[in-house]
Amino acid sequence: MNSLQKLEILADAAKYDASCASSGAARKDSTGGKGVGSTGGTGICHSYTPDGRCISLLKVLLTNVCLYDCHYCINRRSSNVRRARFTPEEVVDLTLSFYKRNYIEGLFLSSGIVRSADYTMELVIKVAKSLREQHHFRGYIHLKTIPEASPELIAEAGKYADRLSINVELPTPEGLKILAPEKNVHRTRDAMATIQSKITETKETCKELKKANSRVKKPTYASGQSTQMIVGADQSNDSQFLNRAGDLYGNFKLRRVYYSAFSPIPEPSVILPLKSPPLIREHRLYQADWLMRFYKFDVNELTTAQAPNLELDIDPKLSWALRNRSFFPIDLNRSPLEMLFRIPGLGVRNAQRIVGLRRHHAVRLEDLVKLRVNLKKTLPFMICVNHNPAKLELDSAALRAKFAPPPEQIEMDFSTPIIVPKATSMTAQQEAKHGEF
Amino acid sequence: MRTITIDPTFRAWRSRARTLLDERVHPNDVIWSTKGNDTDELFGFAEPTHENVIKFPVSQINNRVKVPAYFIKLSETVSCHRSQQQWSMLYHILWSITYEQERDILVDQTNDTMRKLEHMRKSISRDIHKMRAFVRFRQVDSIEPENNRENYVAWFEPEHLIVRANTPFFRKRFAGMNWSILTPDECVHWDGNEISYTEGVDQSHAPEGDELEELWKGYYRSIFNPARVKIKMMQSEMPKKYWKNLPEAEIIEELIQTSTDRVNGMMKEENRPLKPEPKNKYLDHLKQLNDNE
Repeated sequence: MNSLQKLEILADAAKYDASCASSGAARKDSTGGKGVGSTGGTGICHSYTPDGRCISLLKVLLTNVCLYDCHYCINRRSSNVRRARFTPEEVVDLTLSFYKRNYIEGLFLSSGIVRSADYTMELVIKVAKSLREQHHFRGYIHLKTIPEASPELIAEAGKYADRLSINVELPTPEGLKILAPEKNVHRTRDAMATIQSKITETKETCKELKKANSRVKKPTYASGQSTQMIVGADQSNDSQFLNRAGDLYGNFKLRRVYYSAFSPIPEPSVILPLKSPPLIREHRLYQADWLMRFYKFDVNELTTAQAPNLELDIDPKLSWALRNRSFFPIDLNRSPLEMLFRIPGLGVRNAQRIVGLRRHHAVRLEDLVKLRVNLKKTLPFMICVNHNPAKLELDSAALRAKFAPPPEQIEMDFSTPIIVPKATSMTAQQEAKHGEF
Repeated sequence: MRTITIDPTFRAWRSRARTLLDERVHPNDVIWSTKGNDTDELFGFAEPTHENVIKFPVSQINNRVKVPAYFIKLSETVSCHRSQQQWSMLYHILWSITYEQERDILVDQTNDTMRKLEHMRKSISRDIHKMRAFVRFRQVDSIEPENNRENYVAWFEPEHLIVRANTPFFRKRFAGMNWSILTPDECVHWDGNEISYTEGVDQSHAPEGDELEELWKGYYRSIFNPARVKIKMMQSEMPKKYWKNLPEAEIIEELIQTSTDRVNGMMKEENRPLKPEPKNKYLDHLKQLNDNE
């Protein structure tokens, strides 16, 4: 098998991991050194594939041979997919060659589990160590960590990586038991705690060294960790997804939780029949995630006991506003920033701009037009100098209908359903700001 | 009315703006023009007038005005704008800050000149970012094989005059290799010790390929998920104007066209039955862990 064939198999095997971030790493570069590479500041997306996802890292598996039998995964041991294996040296070479041509920001390395968790983890670490120590590589390295690997190995991985991640895959232990029998939520959380304590410890050591103005070389450790959940593979509802995300953000200070719509794979499992990926649901989850992280929403505000799933036809902030109408209208000129965050159609940046603007003059509708605020969404919920929404409208049952797309006649179709990947109804701009609104 | 002709750089503009400010020349009385700009000849602005050859005595220049730090940052960035309309707008803002006590003008999101300048700044920042993303180096033979350094050359067509603004980024990132970035405006070179600039060239000077591009295209093909095609999303971040210099863009059409068939193929696949669990010590250990909970 030549390197192109290997690369095709091992990249194909890695593509279901949605994480692509290359930002948030510690500032470092190759100045004065023998190698190449720099990180710090925002990451760069070097290309985009027609699925709208960016290519920022060389995302490959070391091998797609795997002992586990996770039914959503193309690499599970029951699948008949072609297997391949890179040597650590091959991955090192490939990373450097791609990096020097400016195709990538760095490496995202993961692996199927071979022999044991420790054995696999050691191979993954070997690649990162060689890049850093032999080749003086200063680019981005993201390592997938195996929760069952020994804590010493997990700690070592963080020395060479900018980011570590462990996928929780599904929000509930019950879901994992059926679809990923070898995996376990508690062990994953324990490993995340290990990583988190190392991250905090390193940050504190660095802070103290800086305070003491010491010349001792600062320890390096990954600056963050992230995870991924697969949406639509099991019966978990959005409330369960968001609660798990809230748990991980709160307890382990995760940088990101990625939501990946379960999409058709070659080699479908008998336990998990294929269906079209729930892309809108994935989008709504990202929006809700954004509300928790940047808009100061509590996880319990996003869904209700009666409706544990997010509404698909309107965004979660609008949905919250319609459920809590007594909160509105909000006065742009008087309310604190946190209240402005609650207005549908008003983003974090524009809310901050409005607070800046109103120090100089009272905010008027014209200002909102210049800030390109989505007025249709915003108007019923806010007050400014020359606008006051009709009380009638805010109380009207018809308000929701104004925003939801018009109901469509369902076409009855009795032929065998063939699922075609359908472009979503989101506009390009909406999609571009995936998760923002 | 004065016509001021400058090199299209921030330093040149700043030095002229300082003297004009000292003399209290109102922004409406100045026409800014740049060397090498075709419109100069078209309208006859480039003719040296009495004013723009006068050398001002140094003493006057020392009377420095203080401006908010953000104004310097903004003007440095918008200096790269290809339109050359930034100079007059910057002088207007400078005038307002200095003589009309309007320091808040910089944060006034509703001032028209500021909005235009902010728009320019955004457009340039985006261009700078896209250059960092879409420059593609191609390896070329070493001129001095004995020094053991690899040589790479890239061709790029930026929207604005951003080569110099972007140089520090590439120098820091690719310190360990020799490289050149060729553009129609100017070219930049790094030899491991210093940066040098040469005049712009056309694309015929750039290398035509690199063996590694086959692997890169292979990677691009494999990392694409045919089950979630979102073409608009791709194009909003990677507009078609960049495609001609991206090796991977060649296969975009093919990937889109075959995606539906690939997914339908997967949907028709028969479900794979479970295989018996292999005998493995580690799996036994995992099972024990799971049972104990």
